Amino acid sequence: MSFLQILWFILIGVLFSGFFFLDGFDYGVGMAVVTLAHNERERSQIIETIGPVWDGNEVWLITAGGAMFASFPYWYATLFSGYYLILLLILVGLIIRGVSFEFRKQSPNYRKPFWDKMLALGSFMAPFFLGIMFISMIKGMPIDAAGNMSAQFFDYFNWFSIVGGIALTLLTYLHGLNYITLKTKGVMSARAQNYAQALYWVLYVGEVIFALLLIFQTDFLRVHPILTWICLALIVGFSVAAHVSTFRNAQGAAFTFSGLTLVSLVALIFCGLFPRVMISSISSKFNLMIQSASSSNYTLVVMTIATVILVPCILAYTIWAYWIFRKRIEMPRIGEVSK
Amino acid sequence: MNIVSLARFQFAMTTVFHFFFVPFSIGTVFVVAIMESMYVNTGNSLYKKMAKFWGNIFLLSFAVGVVTGLIQEFQFGMNWSDYSRFMGDIFGAPLAFEALLSFFIESTFIGLWVFTWNKVGKGLHLFFIWMVVFGTMTSALWILTANSFMQHPVGFTIKNGRAVMVNFGALLTNKQLMFEYGHVIMGALLTGATIFCGLAAFQLLKKRKLSEINKTIYKKTMRLGLILMLIFSLGAITMGDLQMRYLVHEQPMKFAATEAVMKTTGKRAPWSVIAFVDPKTHEVKGNIDIPDMLSILSYHKTTGSVKGMEEINKEMKKQYGTKIAGQKMDYYVPVNTLFWSFRFMAGFGTLLALVSIVGLIMTRKGHESLYKHRWCLWVIAILTFAPFIMNTCGWLITELGRQPWTVYGIFTTAQSVSPNVSVASLLTSNIVYFCLFLSLAIILIALIVRYLHNDPEELWMAEDSKNTDPFAKGAF
Ligand code: HDD
Ligand code: HEM
Ligand code: HEM
Repeated sequence: MSFLQILWFILIGVLFSGFFFLDGFDYGVGMAVVTLAHNERERSQIIETIGPVWDGNEVWLITAGGAMFASFPYWYATLFSGYYLILLLILVGLIIRGVSFEFRKQSPNYRKPFWDKMLALGSFMAPFFLGIMFISMIKGMPIDAAGNMSAQFFDYFNWFSIVGGIALTLLTYLHGLNYITLKTKGVMSARAQNYAQALYWVLYVGEVIFALLLIFQTDFLRVHPILTWICLALIVGFSVAAHVSTFRNAQGAAFTFSGLTLVSLVALIFCGLFPRVMISSISSKFNLMIQSASSSNYTLVVMTIATVILVPCILAYTIWAYWIFRKRIEMPRIGEVSK
Repeated sequence: MNIVSLARFQFAMTTVFHFFFVPFSIGTVFVVAIMESMYVNTGNSLYKKMAKFWGNIFLLSFAVGVVTGLIQEFQFGMNWSDYSRFMGDIFGAPLAFEALLSFFIESTFIGLWVFTWNKVGKGLHLFFIWMVVFGTMTSALWILTANSFMQHPVGFTIKNGRAVMVNFGALLTNKQLMFEYGHVIMGALLTGATIFCGLAAFQLLKKRKLSEINKTIYKKTMRLGLILMLIFSLGAITMGDLQMRYLVHEQPMKFAATEAVMKTTGKRAPWSVIAFVDPKTHEVKGNIDIPDMLSILSYHKTTGSVKGMEEINKEMKKQYGTKIAGQKMDYYVPVNTLFWSFRFMAGFGTLLALVSIVGLIMTRKGHESLYKHRWCLWVIAILTFAPFIMNTCGWLITELGRQPWTVYGIFTTAQSVSPNVSVASLLTSNIVYFCLFLSLAIILIALIVRYLHNDPEELWMAEDSKNTDPFAKGAF
């Protein structure tokens, strides 16, 4: 394994972390549109919190996919063809969510509830099935000598992956609630905070079950005991920190901690996989390794140069955009929602 | 139905659908940016209303462009995993750059542009929209770098059964890319100009009374659109011609098919205006020929023979073999589709150039006869749909003409497909995409039609009334 290969393995993890940190709260806000808001004005209010930024956040996923294609083509090929129908569901979710922002804005009032539901449904499907994908992946999937995966229904859907999917969805939901608390004024902010305070108790249960299943269903503790324990501790620790922050009304901290919880989950997955990228349940000989799944050194050099130059710029203007939109969103006045 | 044909069908369906919106977005955002520049330069709020009004049409297209692009990004791994393994080293990099350099810019600045009207300085707001233009233009550059490689592979070697990049610069200086990028961008900008002309014509055609301001806005849109239409149609034709003459040497099979040349011609090659080829007997029927014209088109001289598909097929069999990966090879491409696609693309392109010239004459200062003849407006209105046909036909030529290769001369479509994906999965995804696309298209058209019930001025007043709250104003 060369230095660049390891660097790119880490960078893929960083890109997915960025994706879950940022697009994570978009999913949460999307789900909150039907679960938290009571009327059309409230729905407009919370949608507006992510209106200008959701597309930029989604590009983290596109970048992670593109970077995986470029730096680990064998990983990309096996993962994407193996999870064919799961990815189809993720795509459907992302599509109905993606169009709903603009379509909702341009639709007559009586159609807006339809797009609200599409937004919420899409925002639920994406994290849930991403969770199913990543969690079943770390358990090991039937990958043959040629690197092709041909899995059955229960390889995708089992207790472990379903708990993982629910946990991830819940994490994004809580992250979204913390974001709403931070970005809105008045009653909406308070309500989101109350919801989050109560829901964290459910999350703890989920996290414990998940950790137990992880211990028994994966080889993470055998391969990397220390790192795995650290990551698990971080997940729980950040959840508690976020929870405590909601009680203290430290809204920025709560949001940051719930984002870090998601990042720790990605870290757990990537640490546990190392030095593999995909685990074969047929034979450990068929595991996809960082070393053999990656691109040539030349491509990695080109990619590294581009990344080193571009990512700081991206971060700079992204932060600038968030700064421009720093103002909290108020509830629109009566009559303002209609066009 | 086997997996290759299902995967091909899916690629064709999803890229064609994506590419309805790609040139729509690239073109319209460019025109909107020009309108806003005119506002900032002249200070005339008419142009601001114009930019804002048409900007919403661009946003609708952009929304669908984004979600259909997601499918593209995923489907290489999903449907073409062996291709991804073989080509990832080269193909992935432009895709990743596209995301890093273009998609982030596009999406971030579009958010800024939409939500900061009246809230940041004029100049800054203008900067936002030009950044979006920059994003869309560079995004096209990167993806076409990848596509050009597939048409004309450069800067690589084959190592351990996979293509490995050795020279990234060569990918960017690929000659195919110069022509392809130039042509696609010209076509996209032409698309934007034509769409706005067409929609303005529709608005003017509606029988109800338009206020003076609205009428002026539509006329100004028409005038601006016609000027751009002329520039970009000439640009697309020029680039297309260059590309055509490049193809004669690089992909002779594709070239021969677009001209329905089955048997090598004599020294003075005639050009068929129309023709039908019987794919079994290779007989060319019903053709109307113009003497010497094909030599002129291909070489810009009156002499020069053009190789026929039969001879090219023999040569390619010699060069690449009669069997690849256990499959018998024939190098013919669907000649009738290519022939007619080319006629439609180039024909409409020429028509648009002519219409824009006539239109400009009829709308010159103090002489607005265009608006007096309803049928003239109807012609322009109907032409709204032409760019979609042209762009699709163009890609059909490019992609079908490349068959049976995915990467010209080194990797075939049959080798590219995912071996582990079942027919059932592919069928499911095809049906799901088809239903999604159909719904999206219907909804989008309905929303555009509904939106066009508004006129710029009324929309403007409705928005301004929202901003009367002293606390909301300027607060940021
Ligand atoms: C010539 C230009 C061009 C071509 C050939 C393609 N695209 Fe595209 N794509 C764009 C030009 C574009 C764009 C102008 O940047 C879009 C279209 C409209 C839009 O909203 O952005 C876009 C959007 C778009 C998005 C969403 C970006 C976002 O969220 O902002 C993705 C992931 C892709 N595309 C990926 C692809 C892939 C993998 C293609 C190859 C088959 C492809 N596109 C062909
Ligand atoms: C810039 C990116 C690309 C664009 C815009 C594009 C566009 C198109 C279009 C319009 C078609 C329709 C032709 C038809 O009806 O068959 C098509 C077909 C196809 N393309 Fe591309 N393409 C691109 C890149 C690729 C790539 C990367 C692959 C690699 C796998 C590919 C493989 C195919 C295949 C297999 C078909 C089906 C051909 C057929 O049905 O005969 N294309 N593409
Ligand atoms: C008389 C004018 C034109 C000529 C001679 C021409 C020629 C060509 C040729 C030869 C190709 C195939 C390129 C390849 O396979 O490498 C092509 C592709 C294409 N054309 Fe045209 N074209 C003309 C006008 C237009 C116009 C007006 C538009 C759009 C509005 C257009 C849109 C396209 C597109 C989108 C492609 C596919 C991308 C590419 O390969 O560049 N063309 N054109």
